[in-house]
Amino acid sequence: MSVARFWRETPRRYNLGGCQCPTCETVYFPPRGVCPVCVKHRQSLGRMEPYQLSGEGEVVSYTIVHDAAEGFEMQVPYTLAIVRTVEGPQLTGAVVDIAPSEVKIGLRVRATFRKLREEGAAGVIHYGYKFAPMDDRHKPPKRPSRSERAMASAGAPVAAASGP
Amino acid sequence: MRDVAILGIGQTRFGELWDRSFREIGIEAGFQALVDAKLSSVDLGALYLGNMASGSLIAQEHIAPLILDYAGLAGHHFGAIRVEGGGASGALALHEGWLAVASGAHDFVVVGGAEKLTDVPDTEANRVASGTADHEWEVVFGATLPALWAMIARRHMHEYGTTREQLARVAVHAHEMGSKNPNAHYRNRITLDQVLGATPVAEPLGMLDCAPFSDGAAAVVLGPLDRARKFTDTPVRLLASQVSCDTMAVHHRRDMTTLDSTVVAAKRAFAQARRAPADVRVAEVHDAYTISGLVALEDLGFVEKGEAGRAFESGAFGPTGKLTVNSSGGLKAQGRPFGAVGVAQVVEIVRQLRGEAGERQVSGATLGLAHDVGGTGATSVVHLMERVN
Repeated sequence: MSVARFWRETPRRYNLGGCQCPTCETVYFPPRGVCPVCVKHRQSLGRMEPYQLSGEGEVVSYTIVHDAAEGFEMQVPYTLAIVRTVEGPQLTGAVVDIAPSEVKIGLRVRATFRKLREEGAAGVIHYGYKFAPMDDRHKPPKRPSRSERAMASAGAPVAAASGP
Repeated sequence: MRDVAILGIGQTRFGELWDRSFREIGIEAGFQALVDAKLSSVDLGALYLGNMASGSLIAQEHIAPLILDYAGLAGHHFGAIRVEGGGASGALALHEGWLAVASGAHDFVVVGGAEKLTDVPDTEANRVASGTADHEWEVVFGATLPALWAMIARRHMHEYGTTREQLARVAVHAHEMGSKNPNAHYRNRITLDQVLGATPVAEPLGMLDCAPFSDGAAAVVLGPLDRARKFTDTPVRLLASQVSCDTMAVHHRRDMTTLDSTVVAAKRAFAQARRAPADVRVAEVHDAYTISGLVALEDLGFVEKGEAGRAFESGAFGPTGKLTVNSSGGLKAQGRPFGAVGVAQVVEIVRQLRGEAGERQVSGATLGLAHDVGGTGATSVVHLMERVN
């Protein structure tokens, strides 16, 4: 993959920047140029607004991958999940900092900034979101308030982490 | 739109065809279909060729004229068009062929499907197959095609109580049927314990829950139904051809255990044909993974949502059931040469409707369905076929 192809997505992959339809207020991740929900959806063309996701959500489904995706060979077995964020959008990502056998549907997770993969020994290293269990992982998730969203939009990155 | 008939069928053996090239298998299937239809090449209006990834797999794009050329037909100068839709490429090509004949744009067309997957290592084939999912928002984050289907499986088990054993039954059934198909990639029977104990790929799916990477080609000849008797004593009417699409990523679906693209394509196809799911006697469904075979039975309307695992376990879809599923062995046992699959499914249904399926012939087969899926369901194609008496 060229550097530019990954680099142009970094605001989304590093910081979960989504978008919101100004008409129906549905939140999307990754950002879309046009709202698929609105009946007159062409009205949203060019009017979608940035929307910062909090990174919190819960596991909708998961798998333990043994036959790795390209670039993930050194990570097997790894847990991959579909996560429903508190703001609504669902996304796919690895679940880390927890034994695969501990992962369950409904597990509360938070996005964390990690190394995803590298393109061989001399290629680009890709970073982005993975998901780690929240400390209060069994409490039902709550949609963030407007003021919390405003704070997040001010540029707080997804929780930083030490390991890959 | 006028009625369309399938006049001829052809298919190569599926499997690791190391001694044969892409163009050889493409031509073999095409000529079989032309000979079967007793049609002269000069009567052809166009060639539609389903192929998913020849550029990545054999470093050759622009393959439709290539096949036309090596079939000795370049001098006729008719159009040859490649059609791509992931694993549904073959069925999409058939849809295009159907449109061409039904609309009257052409009288006779060849529809082929071909893929050569074993000219690259499995790791490369895996990478190419992943390209039918959303690269930027699934694959980059560690997803593979089996991993995505595994998550569909896990959610299906969670919501409907589908068991690991019920999934495994789909593979056992496929190999049982494949053992009777001389073209099948795998002709060995397997046991439930073998499926359950196989090397894990993406849990809960193991190696034997996944269809293999195969080489192979298949072809059909289409023409107007009212002229079909001139060419064949056993025309099969193509009653319905429907394509439907959905989101690329599984995580964007309305319901991740349902392929809405299949639901919509099936509903439209049954409406077009004025038939119901209960009328279908033989069906070839997309069992690239055991879970996709089960979900297909629900989404096509053969069982209620969530009931496919239990229905399959009860033997409802075996050779003596009311509906026989994947008599060819399906993708799991007959094989999975991506672009050829959708055409091969239709070839199998035509064999069944003609009564030419040999050891695996299903008695009383008059209405058949073929169901092909691209990726994890961003594209679904449904065809309905009926024997003409």
